[in-house]
Amino acid sequence: MSVVAMTVNGKPASADIEPRTLLVQFIREQLGLTGTHVGCDTSQCGACVVHVDGRAVKSCTMLAAQAEGAEVLTIEGLAANGDLHPVQKAFREHHGLQCGFCTPGMIMTAVDLIRRKPELDEETVREELEGNICRCTGYHNIVKAILAASQEMR
Amino acid sequence: MSGAIAAEGIGQPVRRKEDFRFITGNGHYTDDIARARQTYAYFLRSPHAHARIKSIDTSAAEAAPGVVAVFTGKHVADDGLGGLICGWTVTSKDGTPMKAGAHPVLAFDTVRYVGDHVAMVVAETLADARAAAELIDVDYEALPAAVALSTCQDEKTAQVHTEAPRNTCFEWELGNKAETEAAFAKADRVVKLDLTNNRLIPNAMEPRAAIGEYDKGSGIYTLHTTSQNPHVARLVLSAFVGVAPEHKLRVVAPDVGGGFGSKIFIYAEETACVWAAAKVGRPIKWTGDRSEAFLSDAHGRDHLSHAELALDKDGKFLGLRVKTIANLGAYLSTFSASVPTYLYGTLLSGQYDFPAIYVEVDGVYTHTAPVDAYRGAGRPEATYLVERIVETAARETGIDPAELRRRNFVRTFPHQTPVIMNYDAGDYEASLDAALEAIDYKGFAARKSEAASRGKLRGIGFSSYIEACGLAPSAAVGSLGAGVGLWESAEVRVNPTGNIEVLTGSHSHGQGHETTFAQLVASRLGVPLDSVEIVHGDTDKVQFGMGTYGSRSGAVGMSAIVRALDKIETKAKKIAAHLMEAAVEDIVFENGTFTVQGTDKSLAWAELSLAAYTAHGFPSADIEPGLKEGAFYDPTNFTFPAGCHICEVEIDPDTGITRIVKFVAVDDFGTVINPMIVEGQVHGGIAQGIGQALLEHGVYDPDSGQLVTGSYMDYCMPRADDLPSFTLGFTKTVCPSNPLGMKGCGEAGAIASPPAIINAVTDALGIRDIEMPATPARVWEALQSAAPRAAAE
Ligand code: FES
Ligand code: FES
Repeated sequence: MSVVAMTVNGKPASADIEPRTLLVQFIREQLGLTGTHVGCDTSQCGACVVHVDGRAVKSCTMLAAQAEGAEVLTIEGLAANGDLHPVQKAFREHHGLQCGFCTPGMIMTAVDLIRRKPELDEETVREELEGNICRCTGYHNIVKAILAASQEMR
Repeated sequence: MSGAIAAEGIGQPVRRKEDFRFITGNGHYTDDIARARQTYAYFLRSPHAHARIKSIDTSAAEAAPGVVAVFTGKHVADDGLGGLICGWTVTSKDGTPMKAGAHPVLAFDTVRYVGDHVAMVVAETLADARAAAELIDVDYEALPAAVALSTCQDEKTAQVHTEAPRNTCFEWELGNKAETEAAFAKADRVVKLDLTNNRLIPNAMEPRAAIGEYDKGSGIYTLHTTSQNPHVARLVLSAFVGVAPEHKLRVVAPDVGGGFGSKIFIYAEETACVWAAAKVGRPIKWTGDRSEAFLSDAHGRDHLSHAELALDKDGKFLGLRVKTIANLGAYLSTFSASVPTYLYGTLLSGQYDFPAIYVEVDGVYTHTAPVDAYRGAGRPEATYLVERIVETAARETGIDPAELRRRNFVRTFPHQTPVIMNYDAGDYEASLDAALEAIDYKGFAARKSEAASRGKLRGIGFSSYIEACGLAPSAAVGSLGAGVGLWESAEVRVNPTGNIEVLTGSHSHGQGHETTFAQLVASRLGVPLDSVEIVHGDTDKVQFGMGTYGSRSGAVGMSAIVRALDKIETKAKKIAAHLMEAAVEDIVFENGTFTVQGTDKSLAWAELSLAAYTAHGFPSADIEPGLKEGAFYDPTNFTFPAGCHICEVEIDPDTGITRIVKFVAVDDFGTVINPMIVEGQVHGGIAQGIGQALLEHGVYDPDSGQLVTGSYMDYCMPRADDLPSFTLGFTKTVCPSNPLGMKGCGEAGAIASPPAIINAVTDALGIRDIEMPATPARVWEALQSAAPRAAAE
């Protein structure tokens, strides 16, 4: 066991954990932040995406210990001061979710994508979503939502 | 109606009530639940497709750190627990019932597919359980396996169940053989086609999960699980498996991350968790990982078919003859026998006026995961067959594919097909015309030659589909072998303050019932959407229900709500009449207000609700206090969503990559409550259909029976960059058999799209057939063998 400490959604978080603990396990099981999901065991689906020091990361693919000292943002921390983030709003407005399971990862990925590439087109959005699988929406409305949010945030 | 309320009413694209919790990470899925003192289950699975278990030694595992208990098939048998069941009995053409082999919760002496459940380890942590499972010593005698569908009925192939010789569970037929033979005898042309409908693995993004609990004081078991139909799960677990009496078992399906059929079924893992919770005296949690989902979720499709279509000289269809071998996997799953029979053969008439149809289906066992309903369930297989052979006939006769369909459409309703179904309403030409317009069919030739000038092969393909939803009239399914009725229930509870809870037996796992159902109630009662709460998924709250699958929640679930609302209105009017001292016949209820006709007396909804509960001065013989009504709605017919999907593809002959350049879907779903949600359902369905046609394939090694496509590295899920944006359109004929005129929209996309895509691919390549999925490798190979023709064009 070893103690890891980081900042999660602006608050200090630490726990005494087994070294093999994944970041997603730390977030879900230690901190009880269950908005971050696990949809696969091969690092393909993106349901687990969070931000580590401002960048989108698959939290199933990283040890909690590797995030020592980092600033972690999960879906629960995205709506600053209770106001929904423009990407969250756009997902609702454009029906970019159905069962909601892929949604936290999709939204966190999209926020990072818009930060990296403010000028988005459909093709780029589709390419950039390579690492996020949604089984419900056929992506049509997810793409629409991300394009709308990127417009909004320009 | 006030403007605000009208904007939330039927037909409006109301934004979903459920979204807030999902976009903020506040959903509650089964794996999000953590109970005090919970233990973790891990399942040891068979590494063999077929083996005899000579012995199991669990002693080392039991002594391992953190282990609470280890259970094997022997414990299950000693406890007298029954096996998992198939709720539908199919009868073979010789009159004998299907030959079902036993389906134990944990394997007893034989394992029958890779992933079959051998033992359950319960431990303090998942890591402990997993580590201990490795210490279980199973002495297997590996046996030859029956894997390939094409050879599993051979005399010398290994047997999956001794009860089913030649691995044949049933030999079913439907239609009139003699009439069909006669139709073929007088045909001017017979078109023949051999087709494979590829095995799919459902892959809802949330893996299955369960948490079983037992309360010693009350003797009540509770199972939280990823289910599309918690009441059916409770019924099966109590009446058949015998975990606990029905009134001592609560099943809760909280937020569920997609189902697509795969979460209808009652599986071993969930059963074992709730059963063993009493044995260990602590909650037991199990969450499948994706690899387990690939191995043990029920798969879908997997047919081999031979089809023949008889036509006269004018291209009129005279008859259809079909022989299908349908894979059932190693055990019958909850509804598996019904899928390749009554959900398949009954749809083979398509949108066409067929005088005669005859279909034979052999349901066969193989040493592979069970196969059951997956989005569309039987109807995609039927549609694929019909729309592929119709397109082939168009090519062979030289009749334009749209024209050939037109010549054969059913045009008068009701229409009795030769295969049970009685189509109640539709306008197939309307959706075909709208789709032709949307894809600009006239401009196709020019687009094709423009593509050719860039060295690309362009093709177009049609699919005029019909399906049967709104499952289903209980008497009808009962006469065909179903063990259950397929009605739905609803209860409307009006609170004293006027807000409303609606309890439904339907279950939402992405379909947006919390919004759509609330729209119905709010517009009917003239109250704001926010004052309506939809309650589902908990057997302690909702008395009974049949759950959500087969696109039944609108046509059946909402119809039950309508019936309950009718009763609410009747009682509310009685109360209003009493309060306003008027005759019931004079009470008018509109926009949430009760008025007495011809007077200025009125009563608001909230006032009436409160009065219903204060009940001061009610004539007790006439009016009971309170305002709560329930209804059970049993449909009188299936519903028949139908439409036309057209796909245009462009193939790069150098790489074999198929790009969908345009996909048009025009659907007739009858009345639509929320078009935004309906469009979303179509998008998702088409994506799964494109997955089937171009990307997805569940493959077992034909010799070893190992699942070759057991992860997202090998099983190609559709990603955003594999798909286009879709062009949707709607036509409308109202369904006459339910009060709202709804038909159902959940499966149409997955049913309609695969033949449209393969028709387009084969058109582009100039070949008769290509097996699904038409991967770049397969397309490239087809191009090599068809090279002279492709080059000449
Ligand atoms: S759970 Fe992390 S990528 Fe699937
Ligand atoms: S909304 Fe269900 S997986 Fe994306």
